Order: sequence, then C-alpha cells, then structure tokens
Amino acid sequence: MPPPSKPRPFRFFSSLDLTLLTNRRARDLAELLAHLREVPGSVIYYHTHHFLVQHQYLSPEPPNDFAYWVTNVLQEDRLGEQLAAIDLMQFRTIRALRQRLIEVIEGYLEERRQLRTAPEGEEFHFREAVSFVVPTPHVARDLAEFAGCLEQIGFGALSFHFFDARLRLERGGDDFSEWVRTLGEEELAREISRLDPYTHTLDGLRSEVARLVRRRAQERASHGRA
Amino acid sequence: MAALDRYEEFVGRGTIEELRLLGAHLAGRRIVTVNSTAVGGGVAEILNQLVPLSREVGVDIRWEVIKGGEDFFGVTKRLHNALHGKSETFSTRDWEIFRETTERNCAELDLDADVVFIHDPQPAGLIAARRPDRGHWVWRCHIDVSAPQADAWEFVAGYVARYDATVFSAPQFARDLALPQVMIAPSIDPHSDKNRDLSDSEIERILDRLKVPRDKPIITQVSRFDRLKDPVGVIAAFRLARKYNDCRLVLAGGSATDDPEGAEVLAAVHEAANGDPDIHVLELPPTANIEINALQRASTVILQKSLKEGFGLTVSEALWKGKPVIAGAVGGIPLQITHRYSGILTHTVEGTAFWIRQLLNAPDYARRLGANGREHVRNNFLLTRHLRDYLLLFLFLEHRDERVIRLH
Repeated sequence: MPPPSKPRPFRFFSSLDLTLLTNRRARDLAELLAHLREVPGSVIYYHTHHFLVQHQYLSPEPPNDFAYWVTNVLQEDRLGEQLAAIDLMQFRTIRALRQRLIEVIEGYLEERRQLRTAPEGEEFHFREAVSFVVPTPHVARDLAEFAGCLEQIGFGALSFHFFDARLRLERGGDDFSEWVRTLGEEELAREISRLDPYTHTLDGLRSEVARLVRRRAQERASHGRA
Repeated sequence: MAALDRYEEFVGRGTIEELRLLGAHLAGRRIVTVNSTAVGGGVAEILNQLVPLSREVGVDIRWEVIKGGEDFFGVTKRLHNALHGKSETFSTRDWEIFRETTERNCAELDLDADVVFIHDPQPAGLIAARRPDRGHWVWRCHIDVSAPQADAWEFVAGYVARYDATVFSAPQFARDLALPQVMIAPSIDPHSDKNRDLSDSEIERILDRLKVPRDKPIITQVSRFDRLKDPVGVIAAFRLARKYNDCRLVLAGGSATDDPEGAEVLAAVHEAANGDPDIHVLELPPTANIEINALQRASTVILQKSLKEGFGLTVSEALWKGKPVIAGAVGGIPLQITHRYSGILTHTVEGTAFWIRQLLNAPDYARRLGANGREHVRNNFLLTRHLRDYLLLFLFLEHRDERVIRLH
C-alpha cells in the first residue's frame, strides 16, 4: 500500500498515575482469588504494570505484584513462577488478563488443600491506578524527529504509548508501530511491535526503539528518499 | 535558577516539564491548605517545601495555620497518640475544647477556595465551615491509623466522612470509609543537609568528631531509642554477624533526656553493648542532620530493624546514599524495599545477621542493591514525586469517578 501523501504528525502523550487505596486485602490465595474476580480493571492494571514504571531501572525486573506476593510472602514458589510467566503481550484487554490470572490460581488451588496465610502486616493490599493522560510538547513529523523526541520524553510517555494504548485504551497494539505504519514503514512497524516491553527496562525499551528508528531513517537518507 | 530547576539534576528535564504541564492544568483554581503549625514537625517541613514549588508551577495556593490554646493542643496531642494506637482517656470536656477551638478557627479563617486541603486531625473539624456547592475538601492523614483507639477514630471519622477524599501514606493505613482514599507517600529532599552530597573530607571530619574510626566496615542504624526500633535486637544481630566478619556498629538516635521511656531503652542499649569498643551508641541533637548524612555515607550496610513503623522514611534516606539496607517488613518499609531487588526485608535477629554477613561478603551484590535502591528513591520518594501527586490529587477531585482522565 503506498504511504499517504501527508501522514499525520505524531504527538507524544504522557501517562501519570495517582494511586487509590481500595481497602481490600487478602491474607491467602482464596481471598486473593475472590477479590480478583470483583475488583475494577484499573486494579488489575495497577498490579500488573506499576512495577514497570516504579522499578523501570531494574534488570531483570520484578514480575507483577501478584507473583511477587505469592513468591515472597506466601512462599508458594511454583504458583509465583506461573504468575510471573503470564505473557502480558498476549492480552488485548484487561478482562482477558484478569481471566488468565484467575485460571492460573484456580488451577493451582485444585491441586492443593492447605492454604498458606500471610504473616500479619504482610497481607496483599489491592490498589488502583488513576491515569492522567497529558499531551507533551513533543511532536514528530518524520522518523528523524521521532528518534529525537524519543530521547527527550519521560518514562510516562513510553508507558502511555506501549502499555496504556494496548490494554487500557484497547487499541490493539502500541502507538509507535501504528504511526510508523502510516509512513509506509511496514517492516519497521513489525520490528517495533515485536519488542516485548515487559522484558525490557523502560530505558532499554527507549534505546531499542530509537535504534531501530534511527537505523531506518539513515537507510532512507542514504537512498535519497528521506 | 528557579527552585524547581534545581531538581532537574536528579530527576531529569522530562519530570520538571511534566510538573509545569500539570500546574498549567490547575490554572484558575484557588487552593488553600491548612495545618496546625507553621514551623516544627514533619507536616510544616513538607508544606515549607511544597507550597513554594506549587506556586512556581503556577498553582494559586495559600497556607493557613489554625490557632489554639494549650488546652486544645493538649487534647490533639493525646488524640494523635490514640490514633497511633496508644491508650489515652478522653473526657466530654476534651471533645468540647476541640469543638470550641474548631468553631473559632472556622469563623476566623478564609476557607473560600476550589480545593481545601486539610492536614491531620487538629484542623479536621474545619469541614463544619464548608459551604454547600463550593470547593472540594480533602483530609490528608500523615499518621499511621491502622490500629487506632476506637473512640479517638470515631471522633475524627465523624468529620472525615464529610470530606470528598482522604489521603494516606501507605496501604495498611487505609480505613473503611465511603470516600476515595488516595495513597501519597512522603518524600525526602535531595538538597537538604540530611541528604545532600558530602565530600570525603567532610565525612572524615564528622566521623572523627563523633569518634567513629573507619578501620573496618560500619553497620549503622539511625533511629530514636524506642523499643519498636529494636536497638537491642540490632546489637544481637551485629554480634552474630561479627563472629565471621570484623565490623563496627553505630546506633545513632536522639538524646533521650526528656523521654522516660527513651531513657529506659537507652539504658538497655548500653547494658547490651556492655562497653564493647566496636559498638558506638551516639545521642545526637535533633539538628544533627549533616552528622546523620555522614554516618550513613560512611556505612557499608544500613539497618532499620523496626518491629512496627509508620512510614519509615529513614530507609529512603539510606537508600538515597546508595547503601544496601536491611529492614523489617513493617509499615511503609515494603513500599521502599522490594526484597532482594532494592534492599533486604527481614523478620528476625538471625535473619538480619545472616544478611549482614551476606552483604559484607558479596560487595558486588551489595553495591547493586544500593544502586537499585537509590534509583527506586529517585523515581518514587523525592520531593518532586510528592509535588506531582499533590497536583494530580487536586485534578482528580474534579474527575472522581474516572480512572483514565484525559487532560487537553
């Protein structure tokens, strides 16, 4: 498909989160499961994504909060590993992700009769993310500008265009690959959409996208097409 | 240079830009914040930092302080203790004193604003001055109310229930309330004397003055001499670790001259130390910020072996210095330390000793923990994050039922 004559510029948005307390807490797996069925989607989003922003410097990163609590507090290592291994890239909606978390825990509970209880003070406290989506001043009209912006934006912008876009706004994929596709860059779009943001630090993700975009911009320049 | 720009070296231009963007979204809103004192105490310290920074990003914010007599502040001191779970007795007269002072302040203070932001129990009753359909009211609780004395909480909750939102510092402090409860953790200021960079020669000079030699690894705990900080347990853990690793212990805390309970704990600490030349028990004045900073920077491992804790911000202070921290998994500490990623969480004397040895014998791992800890504080516990959360809170009040809020 030929690229549209005038692709829309890409404006970077940033997602900034405020945390709400739900006053829901779980002492064991049965309680965790019961709350998982009932809590709003923004609670599931919080506990599967806040590590990525709060601990974005760590590599390897800790997994989602459920896996961390089950492993470190309940010391149910096998289930902790199963929860950590849930491939978040597979899911297009929070509903589907919630269902998977429930199935994994249910499957584990079917095999076990005794429930371990968290020590007092180490219960799982459910929290909820309120995301504020703010337009940033950074706008790109071509690949070179896009790579330049990537170096300046905060982690809130990376988080918005990779995580919020896919799961909270259910756009089906990340915004970056979507936009470069409008420039006719199908191969670059495929490369970006293949990146698993959950196994990179946000800084690593930023460098990787910037590297791919810059490489392609140089190819275009050397072919006299840029 | 604007005060806010001084934080760019720690958090980057993007974060400062975000704060200015959020400030612009609050243009035209008038905010008033009220607490019980202009100087002294943690809340006044926070407001002294955050009010000017809020103004710098364009927020129209006023700071008011309630007035009260000794009798009122006597009641609120006991109310504060009871909310913390300490046993206190209240008479009908106590509640009358609280109400009378509240009424006088309601009459005297200008609370006409788009957001009225009230800190702690002392001014909580000002909600009585709320005019229908005017402004959003938020109660910010800085204290640990996870196990309050029932009558004290009931009294405060009568007021709190009339607010639009509450703010607590940690998840376990949340209460059963029919209004949104926001979590906003406290923060440290990287420019303060307690946290700013110190040169090696400054550190050397201060340790010389405190008579702490640097000939072997130093293990340090900075905290009040309070049973809940378990200083005697720290000495026991140090002795277990020292069987295999030669090291020194520094226990640094405030002087306990005005506090009978503190004096008792201090005596128990001296008894447990038993004149050991490798154990340094330092009683420091409340102004000893640079001394604490230097002790933390000179340490190889820092402990916060609390048995119960409010938020435990000394952990963030230690992590900010890039030190590996071993701490009790209580209060707000698990928010600051993710076990084996950004520090170590322990539950026992033996576990603490085990991890002291591990960290002394695996300096590369200890360095990585410290580096991760510092990054965690950079992203989550610096003053700029605190300011961002307050700005988001003010915006949230206009969108309380939404979970994805688009600002244009």
